[in-house]
Amino acid sequence: MTRTIHLSLDINGKQHELDVEPRVTLLDALRESLALTGTKKGCDQGQCGACTCHVDGKRVLSCLTLAAQVEGRQITTIEGIAAEGGDLHPVQAAFIENDAFQCGYCTPGQIMSAVACIREGHAGSEEEIREYMSGNLCRCGAYNSIVAAVREAAEMAATGVAAKDKAEVA
Amino acid sequence: MRDFSYFRAASTEEASRATLDAGAMLLAGGTTLLDLAKCGVTEPDTLVDITHLAGLGDMTVDANGATIGALAKMGEVADHPGVKAAFPAVAQSLSLAASAQLRNMATIGGNLLQRTRCSYFREPGVFPACNKRNPGSGCSAIGGVTRNHAVLGTSRACIAVNPGDLAVALVAFDAYVEMGRRRVAIEDFYMLPGETPDWETVLKKGEIITGIAIPASPAAKNSTYLKVRDRQSYEFAAASAAVGIEFEADGKTVRDIRVALGGVATRPWRARAVEQSLIGTVLNVEAVEKASRLSVEGAVSHGGNRYKIELAPRVVARAILTMGGLA
Ligand SMILES: Cc1cc2nc3c(=O)[nH]c(=O)nc-3n(C[C@H](O)[C@H](O)[C@H](O)COP(=O)(O)OP(=O)(O)OC[C@H]3O[C@@H](n4cnc5c(N)ncnc54)[C@H](O)[C@@H]3O)c2cc1C
Ligand code: SF4
Ligand code: FES
Ligand code: FES
Repeated sequence: MTRTIHLSLDINGKQHELDVEPRVTLLDALRESLALTGTKKGCDQGQCGACTCHVDGKRVLSCLTLAAQVEGRQITTIEGIAAEGGDLHPVQAAFIENDAFQCGYCTPGQIMSAVACIREGHAGSEEEIREYMSGNLCRCGAYNSIVAAVREAAEMAATGVAAKDKAEVA
Repeated sequence: MRDFSYFRAASTEEASRATLDAGAMLLAGGTTLLDLAKCGVTEPDTLVDITHLAGLGDMTVDANGATIGALAKMGEVADHPGVKAAFPAVAQSLSLAASAQLRNMATIGGNLLQRTRCSYFREPGVFPACNKRNPGSGCSAIGGVTRNHAVLGTSRACIAVNPGDLAVALVAFDAYVEMGRRRVAIEDFYMLPGETPDWETVLKKGEIITGIAIPASPAAKNSTYLKVRDRQSYEFAAASAAVGIEFEADGKTVRDIRVALGGVATRPWRARAVEQSLIGTVLNVEAVEKASRLSVEGAVSHGGNRYKIELAPRVVARAILTMGGLA
């Protein structure tokens, strides 16, 4: 007997209606029901961070969150962080500037985690970034560039200077 | 993951009643529950979601101590200025646990009930024998790979580590677990595996953890949580220690000391023998190292975990020496 439940989810500022089994995770709902495939499935068990999204502005793992649990909450995915006109989010831009990926599979999770990490005020030093980004694994080992990108984006958030402008000045 | 039905409780009473059903389980952050449901270790028929209940996530810290609601998130407690000031070891035990994402999801109530990371326990398909999962079926770990298994508090039925960090700090500072009106000292909350490793705590069916209370003490205020592990972050403890020290007015004689160990025992482990041997003394490196060895009195190795019997006393000693200004 498979019962589905009806859910109305607020994702990236838009209301989405879906019928899913109660066991469906937010990750599977995004990818399988709503074709929002930017959020990645790595381990599906809370161990890698690839599925990181924001719920009410806080970074969480969508693989260990039931879709049913986040009804009424504001969900943000990697598809929802660029500006309306398509300009990249500063953290996205900093990842490109710093070559902070190889295969790119962990990248959406890294970026969602980094946006929150900077917002939390946990990106003050390289050491702090490594600690507070430790929930995002990168099997390609692009860690040095990821840390550099997060540092740059954090400095930018603090000073208001964009990564690409700094590159031009240099 | 087997399908289940989902029910959002409107009150603690309703949640409590709903979990009296045999196949029903409470759902908080889900970081243990859904993980184990995916492994096939837990197969609930109904999940009773308590995360929408109001009031269960409140925190207060005053001169008497801290009270923390069961739904407070690990991250909120770790960052709470009052907790950091009055109970540094408690805040550190949380900020050194899991990852930022998990700490935003996981609740204090769920944290206390997290299950062992024993890899045999987590793989029912490959290792049917596990007394914790399936009483009487045997233990796949004994005679297997035991690098992450307990050396203290084990039985012939089970040698699984209780992996939690927070509970170690709570045991050191005599915290209480509150289940509505019932209040249990955290040390009595957890049971040794004995012949019934499936039975881990004194929580009864239908009971809900509503919060924890930690009494203030000078030792808790002057405390630290040291966690040693295979990688620097996002990893469970190979061995950890919560240590708090209160000195006499002379600033060097130990009036009160609390020592608890994690990562090495089947339940959060208070090391009273270490405490007793240091109370009334002035700390020095040699005495602290000698006393710290008492923390593993009675430890039993199963091969791969032998290193923990060496490591745990060193972690204890380093934490004590740090708090005593000697490291
Ligand atoms: C990859 C990973 C790494 C981790 N690393 C660490 C670490 O380093 N240190 C550490 O300490 N922990 C670690 N954890 C464990 C984590 O802290 C726990 O999973 C978490 O605290 C559980 O809380 P929860 O709210 O998600 O509980 P849930 O998964 O929702 O619930 C856990 C259990 O408690 C029951 N329950 C929940 N709330 C209540 C309540 N109020 N009353 C009665 N029963 C209740 C549920 O029915 C369930 O059986 C890690 C977890 C993962 C997945
Ligand atoms: S150590 Fe305990 S949890 Fe692990 S297999 Fe043995 S009985 Fe099961
Ligand atoms: S897919 Fe969620 S943490 Fe790996
Ligand atoms: S870029 Fe390949 S996993 Fe990170």
